[in-house]
Amino acid sequence: MLGLENKDTKFLLVVVALTLCTPIILQPFPEGSSLAQFNAGYPDLMQRFAIFGIFAIGFNILFGLTGYLSFGHAAFLGVGSYSTVWMFKLLSYNVLPGLVLAVITSGIFALFIGYISLRRSGIYFSILTLAFAQMSFNLAYSVLTPITNGETGLQVYTDDPQYLMGEGALTTTHVFGLAMNKSLIVPIGGWEFNFNVGYYFCAIIAILAFYLSLRIFRSPFGLMLRAVKSNQQRMNYTGLNSRPYTLAAFVISGMYAGLAGGLLASMDPLAGAERMQWTASGEVVIMTILGGAGTLMGPVLGAGFIKYFENIFSKINDNVLHGWFSFLPDGIEDFFINIVNPFFGEGWHLTLGLLFMCVVIFLPGGLMEGGQRILNLLKRKSKDTADDDSAHHPKQSPHVAE
Amino acid sequence: MSYSKPTRRGLLKTGAIAGAGLAMPTIFTASSAHAFTNEPTGGSVTLGFNVPQSGPYADEGADELRAYELAVEHLNGGGDGGMMPTFSSQVLDGTGILGKKVEYVTGDTQTKSDAARASARSMIEKDGAIMITGGSSSGVAIAVQGLCQEAGVIFMAGLTHSNDTTGKDKKANGFRHFFNGYMSGAALAPVLAARYGTDRTAYHLTADYTWGWTQEESIAAATEALGWSTVDKVRTPLAATDFSSYIAPVLNSGADVLVLNHYGGNMVNSLTNAVQFGLRDKQVNGKNFEIVVPLYSRLMARGAGENVKGILGSTNWHWSLQDEGSKAFVRSFGQKYGFPPSQAAHTVYCQTLLYADAVTRAGSFNPCAVGEALEGYEFDGLGNGPTLYRADDHQCFKDVLVVQGKENPENEFDLLEVVEVTPAAQVTYPADHPMFAGGNLGECNPGA
Repeated sequence: MLGLENKDTKFLLVVVALTLCTPIILQPFPEGSSLAQFNAGYPDLMQRFAIFGIFAIGFNILFGLTGYLSFGHAAFLGVGSYSTVWMFKLLSYNVLPGLVLAVITSGIFALFIGYISLRRSGIYFSILTLAFAQMSFNLAYSVLTPITNGETGLQVYTDDPQYLMGEGALTTTHVFGLAMNKSLIVPIGGWEFNFNVGYYFCAIIAILAFYLSLRIFRSPFGLMLRAVKSNQQRMNYTGLNSRPYTLAAFVISGMYAGLAGGLLASMDPLAGAERMQWTASGEVVIMTILGGAGTLMGPVLGAGFIKYFENIFSKINDNVLHGWFSFLPDGIEDFFINIVNPFFGEGWHLTLGLLFMCVVIFLPGGLMEGGQRILNLLKRKSKDTADDDSAHHPKQSPHVAE
Repeated sequence: MSYSKPTRRGLLKTGAIAGAGLAMPTIFTASSAHAFTNEPTGGSVTLGFNVPQSGPYADEGADELRAYELAVEHLNGGGDGGMMPTFSSQVLDGTGILGKKVEYVTGDTQTKSDAARASARSMIEKDGAIMITGGSSSGVAIAVQGLCQEAGVIFMAGLTHSNDTTGKDKKANGFRHFFNGYMSGAALAPVLAARYGTDRTAYHLTADYTWGWTQEESIAAATEALGWSTVDKVRTPLAATDFSSYIAPVLNSGADVLVLNHYGGNMVNSLTNAVQFGLRDKQVNGKNFEIVVPLYSRLMARGAGENVKGILGSTNWHWSLQDEGSKAFVRSFGQKYGFPPSQAAHTVYCQTLLYADAVTRAGSFNPCAVGEALEGYEFDGLGNGPTLYRADDHQCFKDVLVVQGKENPENEFDLLEVVEVTPAAQVTYPADHPMFAGGNLGECNPGA
């Protein structure tokens, strides 16, 4: 179906089902229970899961397939956001023109940066992209203030032209009248499920993006990109010019990033320059590696993992910790809180860093490899992979449906 | 791509799935039952405290959080009540707000607009916060204010000094107790003229964002009106830590006053650099070279140490004030934390109390009712003397303090001395003043 093999079709359907049920899956604890703060089923975070999922899927097309490590992908995210907000300012709050422009401008931008950066490979390529991204960030932050509104961030004002805005039109972002911030809240028993329009909009685009990347992975073009990763030199010796392929991959992944940026602005119509900073570029690299570079599902998992930490873990403050350990006597309670405190709240980076180290050391293939090992254990196939020294010989990339 | 030949069955399946996907969003057209966003229904009400816990303004953020916790304690009837007994409005009785116990959630703005908005959104959507307050940077405050306007909750701005917050970026759901750049200029300029004369030449170093720009504009306009001239205005990046390369050109510019439009860590570093370059011992045009820091805080003075002695600036509030409200606040803050509060702590404490008071007077948590109760509201007893929340732009008008770095501090908190209390009338401006033009409050938005 859809031009896919049977196995891939099943895989895609699972992904679709998971995505559509996210508001239920992420809300495992009843409201008011002490674990309710681990619930992640609120619109902002679900939208971020889908959006950064798209960002990571796109990044994976470049990094996972060709092995070119771009350290400047946040620049495209920012360009996409700025384009979309400008469309809101000039036309109306309908998100579609903004998203289209976001993909086009980021594509052109990626073509320009890719054309120059791809003259080098390896570390030099990474540094070139990093330099371009930092340049864009600084431009957006100060020099281009008339276009980007500098540090405050680009916003929509009531006195902006908005030429396509009719009388009584919605003043929040919408797609043909369906407001993004509209939610259907369904209380079932103690649970409360939040079905949000914005999330489903992002989710449908994410599924399309995922499908497209699945097709790219399975296409001859994808095979060519994999060849670049395994041995570009040999490819060149056979008389093949690999540059058009890598450039195409770069532009495609830049467009994905622009789309993600446009969606970010569509969910919350503000574009800040920090979106383009190198830390944001580093984040998508970490997402991809954490989840499993080169696998289809990995980057999405990694994106969800990091966003969950950033939004849920960072909110566990002293008060909450006191609540957890209140059953202990006072002295011991304070002792425990002092020990765990650095890992929660503002310290979420520390926890994430430790987890990242563990994953890189023990699961070089990311969370996907972890999942696969567990599956293999269940299937009692552990013996086959026990002496698999994946670090020292090129590994067959696992089939995505497994 | 190799498998792309469409078959009849494939096409049907695809169509069915696409149709189901498209039909999905239409189930959301049912409207919500609440009258406004996050209407509190149980026995408690949640406030969102969104402050920088990391980044260049983290010190201010930590102090703000302490004041918020204190305010919640007092609202719920704990502690000694702080400024509640001295507040001119006596509707708060220590039983929470409208009988609902006050709870709170905290978030980290990281001093970045994006992160601040994400954090505020999660407070509104996940934790059901009815009001968001905080921000230690004008960029962040403006971004979050815009978000609250869209989401339909009240935003009580914390430490934000840019003219734009209640000028070109003002919003119907946003309210500011803190003073602004224009007020600093209006209060500071007469003192500067009296101390340093009216034929001075100023050189501005300015943090490159909304607050820096508007403060630079305000100070330059106020001093030029008194006869000063401005030789140059140089923008410095917010993230800069070494200002030597910006200080060196000052020496040859012919300027005899350096105005540092910097705050927090920026100001500490730029002032230290300026003193190291010997600017304060110089004679230019036959006059002593002077440095001015228009927006001062005790936390900054502590960071800059010896270098602040004798330097003039303005501030919203200082703990050494001797009115009943200030004394009560310093006492209860000191008892709880062991040191006096900063101006950031004071302004957010006032904002929390003012919000609770407005809700009680309005008899409703509805943002529009609360906004109406705050608009044009006159109050006293919160440490700044008689104060007006102006309806036209949601800005508070009150006395402004001109302060100076103390020559002989008695202890580590006693770093600033009040030179003059500029009366509110002198810093009041018409709502359509050109420095605040271009904005529009719009309609109040209750959300839902």
